Amino acid sequence: MTSTASVLAIVALVIVTVLVGSLGLRLSRTTSDFLVASREVSPWLNASAIGGEYLSAASFLGIAGLVLAYGVDMLWFPVGYTVGYLVLLLLIAAPLRRSGAYTLPDFAEMRMESTAVRRVSSVLVVVIGWLYLLPQFQGASLTLRTLTGAPSWVGGVVVAVVVTVTVLAGGMRSITFVQAFQFWVKLVAIALPAVLLVLAWIRGGAPTFTGGGWAAPLSGYGGLEYPLYATYSLVLATFLGTMGLPHVLVRFYTNPDGRTARRTTLAVLVLLSVFYLFPPVFGGLGRIYAPDLVDAGLTDTVVLVLPGRVFDGWLGTGLTALVAAGAFAAFLSTASGLAVSVAGVLAQDVLRIPAAARLRGLGDGVRRFRYGTVLAVLVPFGLAGVAGRTNLAQTVALAFAVSASTFCPLLVLGLWWPRLSRQGALAALLVGGTTAVGAVLVTLFAGPFDGVLGAALGRPAAWTVPLAFATAIVVSRATPQGIPAHTATTMVRLHAPEALDLTR
Amino acid sequence: MADKPNRRVAVTHPRTAAARLSGRRGVRRDLHEQTPLGEVLLRSLRRTQLRLALLLAAAFGTLLALIPLVFQWIPGTRDATVAELPVGWLLLGVAIFPLICLVGWLYVRAAERNERAFTELVDRS
Repeated sequence: MTSTASVLAIVALVIVTVLVGSLGLRLSRTTSDFLVASREVSPWLNASAIGGEYLSAASFLGIAGLVLAYGVDMLWFPVGYTVGYLVLLLLIAAPLRRSGAYTLPDFAEMRMESTAVRRVSSVLVVVIGWLYLLPQFQGASLTLRTLTGAPSWVGGVVVAVVVTVTVLAGGMRSITFVQAFQFWVKLVAIALPAVLLVLAWIRGGAPTFTGGGWAAPLSGYGGLEYPLYATYSLVLATFLGTMGLPHVLVRFYTNPDGRTARRTTLAVLVLLSVFYLFPPVFGGLGRIYAPDLVDAGLTDTVVLVLPGRVFDGWLGTGLTALVAAGAFAAFLSTASGLAVSVAGVLAQDVLRIPAAARLRGLGDGVRRFRYGTVLAVLVPFGLAGVAGRTNLAQTVALAFAVSASTFCPLLVLGLWWPRLSRQGALAALLVGGTTAVGAVLVTLFAGPFDGVLGAALGRPAAWTVPLAFATAIVVSRATPQGIPAHTATTMVRLHAPEALDLTR
Repeated sequence: MADKPNRRVAVTHPRTAAARLSGRRGVRRDLHEQTPLGEVLLRSLRRTQLRLALLLAAAFGTLLALIPLVFQWIPGTRDATVAELPVGWLLLGVAIFPLICLVGWLYVRAAERNERAFTELVDRS
């Protein structure tokens, strides 16, 4: 009964997504040129779309799972995901929009005037995109297995197929409405059950949290070592990593100018702040109503399981179906946004290298994008099969760490420091990239490890981010001849207010 | 080039935006043409904006960074409760979010004010 309702809810969500996407596609034939040309989307609609794309499996399922397993220290995840947007607002929102760059490699080329920096950025976008896609497939598999008992691969296949088809059809991603719709689906799907659960908990006499240390900070509960280092490293990765996520930047392009980019980001902060109030509720109440999930290693399923444990009959069934639909909204919107970003970079920069271009049919731009899409989805889908069992939010945090160690120095120094040289930017990307990606790969496929090594590799940001910044500054100081020729002009463009209207 | 005889070239006024702008007086032209004065002006705006961003980031960052340290140094705070709910949960799960939005709102307001002041300065001169 519960599984039938959940499957129906998921199918309905997929159908509505594809419908709104294809309807939007038909509309966009007539209006999209106009929309893109004027880029007139109101800050709140745009902010909903950004939120829709940003809230992934990690936010919808992962946070509650981590809180259930490790306790209050894990609340730094939602705080970090939100503060990441605050840092983005403070440091890069307006100048980045004014740069006119559509993707991170575009920005790298525009600011550093170097194809080498562009190429390295492209590779990093693909790596971060794949890392971020990985937990989306794992989450989908987990959801379907939990609710219906289907084999693990089914959920991943569903997401992979739906994302590939919608992206190839050209709908979905470019349509702000679909992403905005997904945000509100996710918000309702997590908020309604959470509020009802809290009411039920109060009616049940509000039993208090149990378990030594679980409710207290820095207790290292659940075998988490070096809690203070882990907390700081996570905080750094999420605060500084958000700005470098491939699917975040593209969304900013729909703002008309730098000033609206700021206002949109502020609206995103409000929407995320509301959303993140709810996932920890599932983690907290999970301790009381579903503590068996911890021993079973199924903590990531707590959002899906808890409504059915607390409520009987139609209410439990309905709420379970609702969270199932919300979870799939999370997988689909994030995965399609990432797939488009990764496919675009693959088509633009990677599949065009001479060795690949000799393959049949890769001369054509559209076909390159299609190959890129398939590649963008297939690789992380395959990786999801071989990667070890890590928590969903944990894997996403690794993607943030890579982004914080590479694109954060490039963006922050590139936008504010005129003396950044090509060599400095390149060295920072390479040093930050190799150390962070190395740590991530070792953790995912050989780890997790114990002791100091495990902490340093599992939460690498605390040492890789300062290392990347230091590299950029030291190398730039040593190579002043490598400062791009048009830096002064670029700086005027990045920081002059629109009201001045210098082009007039 | 050098050994060819000099040809007479008619210089006419191109009706472009740049031409119209350069015909105008004032600081706006300095900005556009990046004269030393324009560069100094824009650098001042960039530095003002950066100072604002770093100031807010540092203040809020210090506040956030202190939270784990307080829990570390004053163990009593770990189990403290408000209305029967643990302080850590209330702080990180609820109270911090309005604060994040407040910092964002303050920044947007101040950054727009800086830009307005700069635009007015340029328009006046």
